[in-house]
Amino acid sequence: MAGTSNLWELMTRNLRQSGIYIAFVLIVALFTVLTGGTLLSPGNLTNLVLQYSYILILAIGMVMIIVAGHIDLSVGSVVALTGAVAAVVVIREGMPWYVGIIAALITGALVGVWQGFWVAVVGIPAFIVTLAGMLIFRGLTMQTLDNVSLSPFPVAYQDIAGGFLNGLLGGPGYDVFTLLIGALAVVGFAVQQWRARMGKLTYRQPVESLWLFAVKILVVAVIIMAFAWQLANARGMPLVLILLAALVLLYGFITQHTVFGRHIYAMGGNLQAAKLSGVKTTRVNFLLFVNMGVLAAIAGIVYSARSNSAQPGAGFMFELDAIAAAFIGGAAVTGGVGKVQGAIIGGLIMAVMSNGMQIMGIDQSTQNVVRGVVLVLAVAFDVWSKKRAAAER
Amino acid sequence: MSDQILEMRSITKRFPGVTALKDVTLSVRRGEIHAICGENGAGKSTLMKVLSGVYPGGTFEGEIHFDGREVTFSSINDSESEGIVIIHQELALIPHLSIAENIFLGNERAAGGVINWHETNARAAELMEKVGLHENPVTPVGAIGVGKQQLVEIAKALSKNVKLLILDEPTAALNDDDSEHLLGLIRGLREEGVTCIIISHKLGEIASIADSTTVIRDGETIETIDMHAPEAAEPSNGLTRRIIRGMVGRDMENMYPDRDVEIGEEILRIEDWEVWHPTQPGRKIVDGASLSVRAGEVVGIAGLMGAGRTELAMSVFGRSYGRDISGSIHMHGKPVKITSVSDAIDHGLAYVSEDRKRYGLNLIEDIRRNISAASLSSVARNGWVNSNEEIAVAERYRGSMNIKAPSVMTTTGQLSGGNQQKVVLSKWLFTEPEVLILDEPTRGIDVGAKYEIYSIINKLAASGKAIIVISSELPEVLGVCDRIYALSAGRITGELSAAEADQERLMELMTMEKD
Repeated sequence: MAGTSNLWELMTRNLRQSGIYIAFVLIVALFTVLTGGTLLSPGNLTNLVLQYSYILILAIGMVMIIVAGHIDLSVGSVVALTGAVAAVVVIREGMPWYVGIIAALITGALVGVWQGFWVAVVGIPAFIVTLAGMLIFRGLTMQTLDNVSLSPFPVAYQDIAGGFLNGLLGGPGYDVFTLLIGALAVVGFAVQQWRARMGKLTYRQPVESLWLFAVKILVVAVIIMAFAWQLANARGMPLVLILLAALVLLYGFITQHTVFGRHIYAMGGNLQAAKLSGVKTTRVNFLLFVNMGVLAAIAGIVYSARSNSAQPGAGFMFELDAIAAAFIGGAAVTGGVGKVQGAIIGGLIMAVMSNGMQIMGIDQSTQNVVRGVVLVLAVAFDVWSKKRAAAER
Repeated sequence: MSDQILEMRSITKRFPGVTALKDVTLSVRRGEIHAICGENGAGKSTLMKVLSGVYPGGTFEGEIHFDGREVTFSSINDSESEGIVIIHQELALIPHLSIAENIFLGNERAAGGVINWHETNARAAELMEKVGLHENPVTPVGAIGVGKQQLVEIAKALSKNVKLLILDEPTAALNDDDSEHLLGLIRGLREEGVTCIIISHKLGEIASIADSTTVIRDGETIETIDMHAPEAAEPSNGLTRRIIRGMVGRDMENMYPDRDVEIGEEILRIEDWEVWHPTQPGRKIVDGASLSVRAGEVVGIAGLMGAGRTELAMSVFGRSYGRDISGSIHMHGKPVKITSVSDAIDHGLAYVSEDRKRYGLNLIEDIRRNISAASLSSVARNGWVNSNEEIAVAERYRGSMNIKAPSVMTTTGQLSGGNQQKVVLSKWLFTEPEVLILDEPTRGIDVGAKYEIYSIINKLAASGKAIIVISSELPEVLGVCDRIYALSAGRITGELSAAEADQERLMELMTMEKD
């Protein structure tokens, strides 16, 4: 039966998903006030994107691992190792920047093959395998670098994290190209939403009323354009933002709309039932870890490009930020639940908090306490909303 | 002192959107065995949760009088301290702890926090003697069978000075011997003055044990039957029929729907099938079994628990059980190699597990995604899933299988057993199988839903599918099957047509020992 669902229904139907967006808006508002507006200034927004992009990239892979019922503690070490390999290839051996990128990606994939073998084929819990990996890859990083930092990278490599697309179309004091990309994103979003709505109507499913639909598109459009405007007034469109957007779209699609993605959720929800439904669990688990290795390599490239060096201690504790992002974003500790977009919002919440506190001059120790408390509260909220849902039965 | 140990008066419990209990009254006499019958979803469990304090006082309307005074419980601990103990269908035992530790879990024999092991084990041994459990108290619970685990639960209840013992489907997972022992034990407890409430779907069992029976339907009390009243003297199935009528609100002339049998070509043949235990070397689980099934035919495999029924089915279904499997599988007369579940699905086999919660469903996921789980590729193109098509498919099965749920987006964990089973069946029908293996297809589901499942089986057979039904309920096997294999200790001990089979002959074959 085709019908329309109202706003209240949409809000309450999935408090766990909508709650995270509300929390994000509140936290942004809070820190905007606390920092006297500096948080949303052009320069700082650009900085925010550059500074936390690698955590968000890791969070994409991490949420998939967590949905499947695993955990990956090794990603920080893999970020360091892949950055180190790139540095050795590009700086020490003097090869072109793209060879360094390829070498880093291959290293990440091999790491994934190693961990995937133990988890998927042999059947050792991922916690153990990746705990070992954390040590192994940190050790290999130190050996690769002979325990010293390597720098600087050539400019072409640095541009991956620090480059901007600007001035392509010129502009009066702001970058027209950035605004154009923003406009394209808005149009793309609207078209995609419209097609989804039409598809639902063809299959006679309920959709939200037309005015609500229009308001939703409008709100998103305003947010995207405001964001683009601020970027355009600073240094233009960061390359890494385009990379991040592409990854989010790609993995959002893979997890929600492909057979592979849906098998991840099936395994996390009930492994035995998934096996007996013909899901090739060994293969899916293996690919998940290879995927995580490659994403960690991308994060490693971005991180080394941004810091313009490869250091033995790079990526320290990144795994915890990525795991926290996934859980704040609504992933369930028991697996089977979680979304890429949720993990991104979760990562952004962590980013806005850290960045906001840095602007306010709060010292690192207090920042850690606050972030830890927020993580516990986010998961507590998840547990509470689950209990509430169970009590309604 | 009142003759009634428990009176629940005008209990009404509302959840957002639904009223689960409407003005329910339950009155239990001291020292009797009181059965509660009702379809799944009728409100039996809700009523017991109200009684035991899972739903604390104040969240429902009505009064509870226990042992002569009004009580309000704010938690399970409150009701337990009054002597009300519930034993749930899914046993709450910890497999790695010993029998004695499990019996005194939460109620440890200790002084100043230090456990007195001598007292623990000695007291446990006394309680075990009482329930007829002849095991060493230090044996881990995981090492004893389900029937004995049930006895441990009862011993645990006795350790708490129970006055009112509530048993939720106590015999659902037990074989006939263990059930008989358990029922005898419950009778013994009655002699000692313990009042029992027993929730069960097995009406024969209720007829033999209960002193009175309360029937609940759609959250309302239908009637309370005195099982010793003169009219109970009529042929015993008169009483069961009255209970069934109360439960489903209609007279069930026939438990098993009729069908026209039209048997075609042989579809599946299994020869000399042998399976060894996955971890215990030298233990043969299936021993040279051969069987076949034709299009349009319903074939039964009757066997007691432990005979290797499920193991036989799962090992055929893509080697999901066992090791060193040998033997051959033929489809349409040609030998095929099936070494994984996806092979099995590709060859048109489907296996509906006996344990739908563990092996059949993703309980945190919705109906739609459970139905598509085994054949996602048929709603996908190049690996990309058309979610609209997926919903359309799910809606189609919700209609044709009569799955009672507000929408296909309902989480399967919220459905009743019968509806969950229909979701699992839908999932496998959507793979368009030629052979359906149904392992205990009606376990733990109520009479009305059973009838529906049988009708579905008949419809599938009529559409030319070959069906294997594994069941330990003999009337069920006799009621739905055209041909029956008896399985005992991993061997097929006989094959009977529906015409020549009866319960005695089958039971004889099922208990036949190796010569």
